[in-house]
Amino acid sequence: MSDATLAPAATPLRQRIGQLGPLIALILLVILGAVSSETFLTAENVLNVLTRSSIIGIIAIGATFVITARGLDLSVGAMAALVAGLGIMGMNWFLAHMSPMAALITGMTLALVIGMLAGLLNGSLVVFARIEAFIVTLGTMGIMRSLVTWMSDGGSISLDFALRDAGRGLYYGAVLGIPVPVIIFAVLAALGEFVMTRMRFGRHVTAIGSNPDVSRYSAIPVNGVRLATYVLQGACVGLATLIYVPRLGAVTPSTGMLWELEAIAAVIIGGTALAGGYGRVWGTVVGVLILGLVANILNLTSYFSPHLNGAFQGTIIVIAVLLQRRRSGT
Amino acid sequence: MKAHLSRRNMLVASAAGMALPLAALPARAQEKVAKIGIAIPAATHGWTGGLNYHTERTVKSLQAAFPQLDFVVTTAGDVQAQVNNVEDLIAQGITALVILPMESDPLTEPVKAAKARGIFITAVDRGLSEPGVEDLYVGGNNPQYGKIAADYFKGKLPNGGKIVVMRGIPTAIDNIRIEAFNAALEGSGIEVLDMQYANWNPDKGFEVMQDFLTRFPQIDGVWAGDDDAALGAKAAIEQAGRAEGMKLLGGSGMNRVIKLIMDGDALIDADIFYPPTLIIPAITVTAARYAVQSPVHGIYTLDSPLITAENAAEYYFPDSPY
Repeated sequence: MSDATLAPAATPLRQRIGQLGPLIALILLVILGAVSSETFLTAENVLNVLTRSSIIGIIAIGATFVITARGLDLSVGAMAALVAGLGIMGMNWFLAHMSPMAALITGMTLALVIGMLAGLLNGSLVVFARIEAFIVTLGTMGIMRSLVTWMSDGGSISLDFALRDAGRGLYYGAVLGIPVPVIIFAVLAALGEFVMTRMRFGRHVTAIGSNPDVSRYSAIPVNGVRLATYVLQGACVGLATLIYVPRLGAVTPSTGMLWELEAIAAVIIGGTALAGGYGRVWGTVVGVLILGLVANILNLTSYFSPHLNGAFQGTIIVIAVLLQRRRSGT
Repeated sequence: MKAHLSRRNMLVASAAGMALPLAALPARAQEKVAKIGIAIPAATHGWTGGLNYHTERTVKSLQAAFPQLDFVVTTAGDVQAQVNNVEDLIAQGITALVILPMESDPLTEPVKAAKARGIFITAVDRGLSEPGVEDLYVGGNNPQYGKIAADYFKGKLPNGGKIVVMRGIPTAIDNIRIEAFNAALEGSGIEVLDMQYANWNPDKGFEVMQDFLTRFPQIDGVWAGDDDAALGAKAAIEQAGRAEGMKLLGGSGMNRVIKLIMDGDALIDADIFYPPTLIIPAITVTAARYAVQSPVHGIYTLDSPLITAENAAEYYFPDSPY
């Protein structure tokens, strides 16, 4: 709460200096990786990390909007699993009625729509039923996770092999040497940054996050904007599953487990205020890359016992946020 | 307590009799002779998914066969939740407890408390930390699981070689398997380049494998520890174009992997059987104790044999979710 009242008080200059925090952490991490492993800076490794980070990254861009508007969505991981599961079942079913490519495209559209509907459900419960976002999305997280487990009988939901070749390009394909997921992530990040800083919607999101009452008096359609952030989050989850599904072609009850925490961590590392009122999409991108690189460096080196991986990750997260705090404090 | 219970159960039984007059129940309303509580982990990864599936299936068929028995199934996502489940089952007045302990140490006391009430204890897959708590133990052979994996690589790489290993979720089972694996590998000339946790999870298996592949120019073999992780690793290896001459082994007998073996996959040509079906004999033997008065105590150990193309059909369950 106190953060929320402080955030608007910070001057633009302070904010600009503070912005460097996560970037500094990212650069330090890249140096650490380059020093500790010869393969770290190879194109193959860099592209691997960027590609696999795109999935969480796309989700985290949606989360940036939700959190900036002082909301929270804990259900994104379970939602991703549910959307992916329903998407696969839809594609397999469509395959009986149309060509693999048509089935794929229909199924992908279906996945996006389901994602947005799930977001609409979360948003409606938060905005119209006036239930705390934490509780709503904790509840829908449980519901969606159980639905996936139930749909898969606890096993896995697999994409028909005829569809795998058609969909492969979405994860493994590349344009001019840049993997498709990275392109989608980059375009979405650029769009998100533009919307957040240059468009009315972004300014409304920020205003609502910093003070919903004042926003209401300023004739901002508070309910509509808050609802839209959850629908946007759902759409991002839907988009992320389109990349996720072709990777392994299957969904299990453990798909997307703890993605919500990774997404929220990325958003906060990137400098968005957890209490809302200040958000930046490019920071989230940096946050996602930090998380992805930490896991990658741990796999590439054996300085630590793998039992301590979590401790290393936790330390990096705290340092990244600390750098930013100290910067913005000066 | 006992009178109350049987009265309530008689009511339930007669209500069921009225509701289903045409059901193939025995002619006289039967009094419940035993209530069997089952405490298993929730479906958090493929193997436990299979476990839940087979538990449900077994309870359903036993319930139909023995209407005089009652079954209560509970699942838990973590150790504390399982402790709560055991306490709740005791409170419901169970006669026997079939438990797959998520961790041995923290569950020993609650299960001992159940035993002190005269409840018959069947431990599945993992024993409890004190000897003599369980009356019946049905388990896979975890040291053998690790040893079979090591033997597989010794057979494939008789002149030594370099392999990478994925561990599971950090648990006692994982430690036992890895210990046996390392012990059996000693002196074989096979070098383990690195071990990382992949949590028996396909996504994690994919990512860990990608990083192993960029890190090590030469990898002759991969033990993914589990079939879920192995399928993730397989995607990463094939994508990197490194499948040539590499051997990948998972474990536990997922039907998709067994199908690959039957179809002569180049990368995966074997699997280690460690079936979630071990819950079936555990529940059945416990139920038989009350249903047909079969006094049983002791230890059932199910082997973890190597599955190859020759014997794969025997272990293939196409309809199972795992």
